[in-house]
Amino acid sequence: MSDYILRVEGIGIEFGGLKAVDGVSIAVRPGEILSVIGPNGAGKTTLFNLISGVYRPGSGRVFLNEQDVTELQPHKLAGLGLTRTFQNLQIFMSMTAIENVMVGRHLHESRNVLAHMLTLPSVRRQRAASRKVALEMLDRVGLADQADRPASALPYGALKRLEIARALAQEPSVLLLDEPAAGCNPRETEEVDEIIQQVAESGVAVVLVEHDMRLVMKISSHIIVLNFGRKLSEGSPGSDQGRSGGCRGLSGSGLGQERGRNTCCRLRIYIRAMAGSRCCMVSRLRLTRARWWH
Amino acid sequence: MFNRNNELLKTHGGLFVLTALVLILPLFISSSFQLRVLVVVWVYALAAIGLNLLMGFAGQVSMGHGGFFALGAYACALGPTQLGLSPLLSLPAGVVLAALIAFLVGRPILRLKGHYLAVATLGFGMLVFMVLTNEVQVTGGPDGMPVKRLTILGWKLKGSTTWYWVTGGMLILGAWVAFNIVNSPTGLALRALRDSEVVSSVMGIDVARYKLLVFVLSAAYAAAAGGALALFDGYVTPGMSDFLVSVQLVTMVVLGGMGSIMGSVIGAALLVALPQFLTALHDYEHAMLGLIMMLTIIFLRQGIVPTLTKALSGKRS
Repeated sequence: MSDYILRVEGIGIEFGGLKAVDGVSIAVRPGEILSVIGPNGAGKTTLFNLISGVYRPGSGRVFLNEQDVTELQPHKLAGLGLTRTFQNLQIFMSMTAIENVMVGRHLHESRNVLAHMLTLPSVRRQRAASRKVALEMLDRVGLADQADRPASALPYGALKRLEIARALAQEPSVLLLDEPAAGCNPRETEEVDEIIQQVAESGVAVVLVEHDMRLVMKISSHIIVLNFGRKLSEGSPGSDQGRSGGCRGLSGSGLGQERGRNTCCRLRIYIRAMAGSRCCMVSRLRLTRARWWH
Repeated sequence: MFNRNNELLKTHGGLFVLTALVLILPLFISSSFQLRVLVVVWVYALAAIGLNLLMGFAGQVSMGHGGFFALGAYACALGPTQLGLSPLLSLPAGVVLAALIAFLVGRPILRLKGHYLAVATLGFGMLVFMVLTNEVQVTGGPDGMPVKRLTILGWKLKGSTTWYWVTGGMLILGAWVAFNIVNSPTGLALRALRDSEVVSSVMGIDVARYKLLVFVLSAAYAAAAGGALALFDGYVTPGMSDFLVSVQLVTMVVLGGMGSIMGSVIGAALLVALPQFLTALHDYEHAMLGLIMMLTIIFLRQGIVPTLTKALSGKRS
């Protein structure tokens, strides 16, 4: 059991009586890719917010390297090697691409403010080193030639990858990716999928929320299906359970027949929609972009 | 070597302009009155640079920096009379005191955001004003009190020319430190937390710590400026902590350009010097000042310096 780097036990949170996430347990080993799937509103992003310390869980515990980190703030968790990306693009829009990635180097730099005030030579050297690592990360996601452009001038797909580069600059041991391929075209999705696989191969534990079923099926070592905040099913992509997207797992669970059938229906529609058309992706893209317009 | 110089020019370019400005301006000055105005400009520019670190870079509003300004000033007045400190020591002592108070006040109020933070800092400024006005035995009350002249090794610092160089030097030093911070990982962290606190925190930035740090730093700038003004004027009044002073400082930062250090200097110059030029208009002085401020913010929305540099670099490319 102890080879799990991230272990979440029965985590849950309520918003005004609504159990957004209810007793979910997951566990990942280094080098694994765990995918969390489920329809919109299933609680996937909330689960990420709970694990990454953005929300304080109402119940359950989170362990990082077998250390209880449930109550820790995000910056403490980042110090312990856990980081994440966000579903609705959270790029520092007032900065250039490379500055965004350099923020990710924060924990690897000396934080001696007095030295910064005087710009000692060591600060200068360190700055150059950070820039070098940031450039490498940008190169890894194919954005090296955009390094000094303002983030606000980059297209959506590039910003998605920029967010991944920023997270990678932190050299995390656990990486939570919230819909990294959302709104990307098929070619971009393929690039993202390659990046994620490389990251996992380098020994990082990846937890992935993604609607693109082809991507999920291709790269996951393990899949968890969430709906109405609860874990419906889990399995590997090769297994029967995984392929049917959790419907079978559902019939075997203790849920009532009525609710079970509804959920199953909802899931089936969802999976068909995700695997087939991309129209819903487009509408989601519009929504996320609109946030930055004002 | 060329590369390094080039980089230095990119990050600290404004500092060279400012230094050149401080050195060259006296050549165009004909009266000691104009010199006095410039001293006041440098003093307010110093305070505005500090406030800009807080507002323009870290995105936190303060409507109470007049309070820290007055703390620095009164430290220079009270240090020699109450504690027997030399005026030379009183200035840094005031800066340390203001930083300490900012640390104590900042911890609870920096949890607030936006308008709520503005109101809380406003309250702090008023508190300082009340104390300075009411503690008549110590502070001289509403009438204020005289400040002992600054002497360094038996040399008495007085006269506009001397103080021009002293305040000019302080401003350059303050601007240098500000440029350094802005171009360091700390500066990047401050800009990050202005854009998004949640994401900054996920990046490992201790948001509360950095907010407090920049609040304390900006208070130190304001106190240093206040102390310099007190030593130059030779007199302090509670009016230095007036709400209007805080508003003026905020206006300088916004007008000059949030996040532009040179902008703070230009903003301070505009707000201090413009009323002097406009006195020729007699009754219409304030109307004209208001009009200029409104037109500036309407047509140079991001502030004077950022808008103009953007326009210039746009033309070049």
